[in-house]
Amino acid sequence: MPDTSSSKPRIEHYVAPLEETPLEAIDSVKAEGKPSNLWIDAWHDLRRRPMFWISSALILLIVFVALFPGLFTNESPSEGCLLANSNGAPAPGHPLGFTRQGCDVFARIVYGASTSLSVGIIVTILVFTLGVLFGAFAGYYGGWVDGVLSRLGDIFFSIPYILAAVVIMSVLANYRNVWVISLAIGIFAWPATARVLRSEILRVKNSDFVTAATAIGVSRFKIMWAHVVPNSIAPVIVIATISLAGAIVAEASLSFLGVGLPSSIMSWGNDIAQAQTTLRTAPQVLIYPSIALSLTVFSFIMLGEVIRDALDPKARAQR
Amino acid sequence: MLWYTGKRLLQIIPVLLGATFLIYFMVFAMPGDPIAALYGDRPPAPGVIDQIREQYHLNDPFIVQYFYYLLGIFQGDFGVTYSGQPVNEVLARTFPVTIRLALLAIFFEMVAGITVGLISGLRKGGIFDATGLAVSLVLISLPIFVLGFVAQYFMGIQWGWFSPTVGTGAPLEDLILPAIVLATISFAQIVRLTRSSVIETSSLDFVRTAYSKGLTRRRVVPVHILRNSLIPVVTYLGTDFGTLLVGATITEGIFNVPGVGRTLYQAVIRGEGPTVVSFVTIMVLLYLVVNLLIDLLYAVLDPRIRYA
Repeated sequence: MPDTSSSKPRIEHYVAPLEETPLEAIDSVKAEGKPSNLWIDAWHDLRRRPMFWISSALILLIVFVALFPGLFTNESPSEGCLLANSNGAPAPGHPLGFTRQGCDVFARIVYGASTSLSVGIIVTILVFTLGVLFGAFAGYYGGWVDGVLSRLGDIFFSIPYILAAVVIMSVLANYRNVWVISLAIGIFAWPATARVLRSEILRVKNSDFVTAATAIGVSRFKIMWAHVVPNSIAPVIVIATISLAGAIVAEASLSFLGVGLPSSIMSWGNDIAQAQTTLRTAPQVLIYPSIALSLTVFSFIMLGEVIRDALDPKARAQR
Repeated sequence: MLWYTGKRLLQIIPVLLGATFLIYFMVFAMPGDPIAALYGDRPPAPGVIDQIREQYHLNDPFIVQYFYYLLGIFQGDFGVTYSGQPVNEVLARTFPVTIRLALLAIFFEMVAGITVGLISGLRKGGIFDATGLAVSLVLISLPIFVLGFVAQYFMGIQWGWFSPTVGTGAPLEDLILPAIVLATISFAQIVRLTRSSVIETSSLDFVRTAYSKGLTRRRVVPVHILRNSLIPVVTYLGTDFGTLLVGATITEGIFNVPGVGRTLYQAVIRGEGPTVVSFVTIMVLLYLVVNLLIDLLYAVLDPRIRYA
């Protein structure tokens, strides 16, 4: 190198001080102490938030109602309905009045819970499985695998999933049940999950622990499932909780449109659709199932939001 | 910019082909004979069947049939509705109404959402912020048809603020209530997006510089903070358009708005398969085009996108 220091004044370069950990600090770390990670931190945060407990309590209640509807009402939702009670006002034993067919509104709400919840859970499992598979392979393997899988995701993403479900359910008019409607909703709803996981994996896969695993000779496939995916899954959990709410809304919307479940299956969407014609004269028949539906959706969205905040340090700082 | 536009246009082709193929596949690869469905109990003469099969290319392999369908779409031919009207004619009549409704809804959700989001973001942690977040959580949880009926019952029927259904010609004042309902689904998202974007922008160096060179809040907030916070909100409009299409289908059905959405709504309710498919195809194409335009707009607003 030629020496230029004689002709020009020397430039003072700023050198950042090395961040050395003093030995005492290393010694004072308790190796046997409880390790902290994202999930433990999140749990500590969640525990202190009333919204978490409110939404969990509501969800537990809904699950309980769905599993044991007989514990909450003695009335049958569809048998023994008297047309004399059509759109009737609340009576003893019938706190919310009667539907147009003379059935007990409260009993129909209680028995409808399991339909909404089943569809929500099946769709979420489907979306989670498809989204994780597509997102993990696209994000971790990259290259042409990513190209193919992401374009495929784009195609499914380009059709709003309720519109797609409307088409599928119109075609499958003779095969309508909880499984078919869940499939119709889930098959077009997964790309959002896949996209989130993919971008999270792109961030995680260059971490040191992945390099370390590669260095000790762990196979690529095993690194993906054992190290990369578990460390990228947090935002997917949030999406899954919120998509459960979305699936419940989708089922109700499809049933409301008349392409959802047949009237033999109890569904809040069906009840709302049927009460629509008498909105002017008997609004309560429409309002109560709507409240049940909204409350269920609300508790899942609230839970998802709380978990999102707890898992995201940035969101915690924004509060 | 030209290069980016070209790249983006090329990218849309496989998606376009794939989406139309999926719709076609979902409907026409299903079991059942369309001609038998056309005639019901009395079978037509054998010659008629052959002629119809020939006319609609039903003897060709599936993939060839798909290309005929695709060809029709590119020539602007979406077939006829159940009652025999050309889809294009129905579209010409209903489309302007839906566009008016959608623009009104976007206007409402943008003005209200950005205002609330901006105030919440600037006064993070305050009472307004907490209330705004709570209200937006409740609004997200309300399915659009529930919201539609509640609004129709209270504001339309009980209190008489608005006309509960839309009259002929769909005058603008009748569209206000459906537009508010339609705007509500995305309002909460826009509030949240604006809020977190404003919080992030406010902590950036250029905002501090603006304050330290003596600019007032009145100048910094709209020019420095708001303008730079709006980029994610603009891109959200693309995703939002899909929600808006589905929402319009239900809202137009409830409020009897004579638009594209109600046509689809009625076709679904009456089980008119082919009409449903035509209109879903149109909506998907519309969705793709709007998203393309918004991506291009995004590249204009944010130069980093073009060169990424």
